[in-house]
Amino acid sequence: MYKKKECVAMLLAGGQGSRLYTLTEHVAKPAVPFGGKYRIIDFPLSNCVHSGIDTVGVLTQYQPLVLNEYIGNGQPWDLDRNYGGVMVLPPYQGKKGGDWYRGTANAIYQNLHFIRRYDPDYVLVLSGDHIYHMDYHQMLEAHKEKGADATIAVIEVPIEEASRFGIMNTDDQLRIVEFEEKPPKPKSNKASMGIYIFNTDVLTQYLIRDEADENSAKDFGKNIIPAMLRDGMKMYAHPFRGYWKDVGTLDSFWEANMDLLGDQPIFDLYGGKKIFSRNSARPPQMIGASARLSDSLITEGCEIHGEVTHSVLFGDVRIEPGAVVRDSILMGNISVEAGAVIEYAIIDSDCTIGAKAKVGKARAEGGKLTVVGAETEISPKQRVPDGVMVAAGSVEYKKEG
Amino acid sequence: MNAAGIIFSNLHDRHIPELTRVRTMASVPFACRYRLIDFALSNMVNSGISNISVITHNNYRSLMEHIGSGKDWDLARRSGGIQLLPPYITAHANSSNVLYSSRLDALKSISQTIHELREDYVVLSDCDVICNIDLEDVLRDHIAHNTDMTMVVKRLPVITDEEKSRVIFESDSEGRITDCNVRPQPGLREQNVGLNIWVITRTYLQRVVQDAIAHGYTSFTHDIVARNASRRNHRIYRFNGPYGDMSSLAGYFKESMALLRNHASWDALFNIAQRPIFTRVRNSPPTKYSDSARVKNCMIADGCRIEGTVENCIIFRGVRVSPNAVVKNSILFEDAYIGADADLNCVVADKNVVVRERVRLSGHPTLPFYIDKSTML
Repeated sequence: MYKKKECVAMLLAGGQGSRLYTLTEHVAKPAVPFGGKYRIIDFPLSNCVHSGIDTVGVLTQYQPLVLNEYIGNGQPWDLDRNYGGVMVLPPYQGKKGGDWYRGTANAIYQNLHFIRRYDPDYVLVLSGDHIYHMDYHQMLEAHKEKGADATIAVIEVPIEEASRFGIMNTDDQLRIVEFEEKPPKPKSNKASMGIYIFNTDVLTQYLIRDEADENSAKDFGKNIIPAMLRDGMKMYAHPFRGYWKDVGTLDSFWEANMDLLGDQPIFDLYGGKKIFSRNSARPPQMIGASARLSDSLITEGCEIHGEVTHSVLFGDVRIEPGAVVRDSILMGNISVEAGAVIEYAIIDSDCTIGAKAKVGKARAEGGKLTVVGAETEISPKQRVPDGVMVAAGSVEYKKEG
Repeated sequence: MNAAGIIFSNLHDRHIPELTRVRTMASVPFACRYRLIDFALSNMVNSGISNISVITHNNYRSLMEHIGSGKDWDLARRSGGIQLLPPYITAHANSSNVLYSSRLDALKSISQTIHELREDYVVLSDCDVICNIDLEDVLRDHIAHNTDMTMVVKRLPVITDEEKSRVIFESDSEGRITDCNVRPQPGLREQNVGLNIWVITRTYLQRVVQDAIAHGYTSFTHDIVARNASRRNHRIYRFNGPYGDMSSLAGYFKESMALLRNHASWDALFNIAQRPIFTRVRNSPPTKYSDSARVKNCMIADGCRIEGTVENCIIFRGVRVSPNAVVKNSILFEDAYIGADADLNCVVADKNVVVRERVRLSGHPTLPFYIDKSTML
């Protein structure tokens, strides 16, 4: 017998994140490393734990190996529970055949039996590609107080950017009267954050109905939410104030990492509740006598003898004397050899940047973001021009032409 | 590896009274993020030992907190795993109803646990052995020579007074122990200094502990090693890697600072492939260095915010160094806060110390200034 849960979270983690290009070549977007020692999925998972939600289904599909291994039994998030905890839910073969997840709504539909076994009153639907601190419990309280059928978290965005989002038009009681997906002329600036709370029976009913509709894209934003609005269900917006960033593109991913820096960072890892992550056993950072550090985040296992400015370094990065790293993100296990210069770049894990190589061009000089995929070796004195993307696994990067 | 592990958590508490006032020697913080017991535990775990008992004595709250379920060392197991043995007085320990004071008394007090061991071999280790040693190799050597007991030793000169607490093992050309020498005379000659790591055949251990109870023996070195040397096969195993232990606060300071000076011994301790040193995870964010940070030759854990000048220091997790503060040649334990314009030199600050603005403090390498846990200056 399973214990009844008030609220079960369903975390959509199956997306490819194709606009992160080489960063998601071998890992799903939620498993992309972020902020020195985290992966993107740590943020929604930690938020769940801090909000008192101890049952989380993680829906995976694209490149699940790293994500599965990372989540494991959920111990780092205190989600290794006898009843509930975190559960990875891949697509599966059933008696009537099997199917991939054909959209966000279909993914949840295929796992309705997972939800049912905990008999929750509410289902929280999350996506695994945002960086933010949020107390879902407050949102749940608001949902209950309003007697809503569904509550959608919204954030106010600058009106000129509103046409990039799904926009919720509400009345003065915050009841949603209209939903417009990427409207050319937005009527409000309340953008959907992709965080929904549904009453379980309402959600079940709509998922079943949507599944039967052959013309449906099986998507929450495109199908489920509009259908519920059409039927006049009680749907409320829950305004969120604070940092929230979609890290779906290379530029926004870079920006979000840089938002962690500065004396008064835009997003403070030291403020608010702790973000949990799976830690490996690494020795402390060693900062050598010739090192120069400024405005940077540096993680255990690093050995720094060169100059690091305005950058985020993951574990096991080695910067040799005379090497310079500026405005960059260096993921785990990277060697930057003596005299190499990295400017405004993202270097994925397990790379070597050869001595006196130059990657990217200074941001101040109008350089464009440069990306080096995982397991790449840049040979000594090689130049990787700015704006270039080196595919993962390039044994040796050679300038074309 | 068909062996169980036993670790003594308190035997050397009296060596560093400052640091062990509120904790065991086993839980003395070391090298930014470790506790001393992490080395003994990791050595055992990396050698495939998954049934480990830790004999405690007093002050073991911090040790229990550190070990938790044993998960961080992969020792949260259904069978075996790690168990802390809280002190209790048994009829076997002694007749005066006091807690053990010697290694052999400690073993006698857990004779029941020893009796229930099923592994063929037992590795005994003190908690202050700072080294990265392949115990499988020690065991192979032990089995190959059909040994009853193998002592791990290192060739070292015994020079200072402090090192008098060491035990020297004399051996013949085959490595068989012929004698042991407690409180050796200082001299420059390199000798086989015992590292307080042993491999013992389980049945032999059970026998000597029973024997010690029957005869009221109290000294492991005198009553077991020396007394049986001629009749049993006791051998030495030579370890050549870097090894540290300490018998005073100055020794602790020296041993810590040596890590900053000698990168080779740092690598031999922490950077051996497949042999990481494990410790408790704290989930700190990465360390943040601000624009005004000036950091040179330091070892720094995660979770720190460095805005001042830090040179030749060992900085534990969650430490804050404010702008214009200058910290040199110092060791700052977890969550220390150093205010603006403070100036510290040769200081050992225990956990949660707050040093307010403009405070100036200096010790000397031979007499580091110690700031007690949770003190505000």
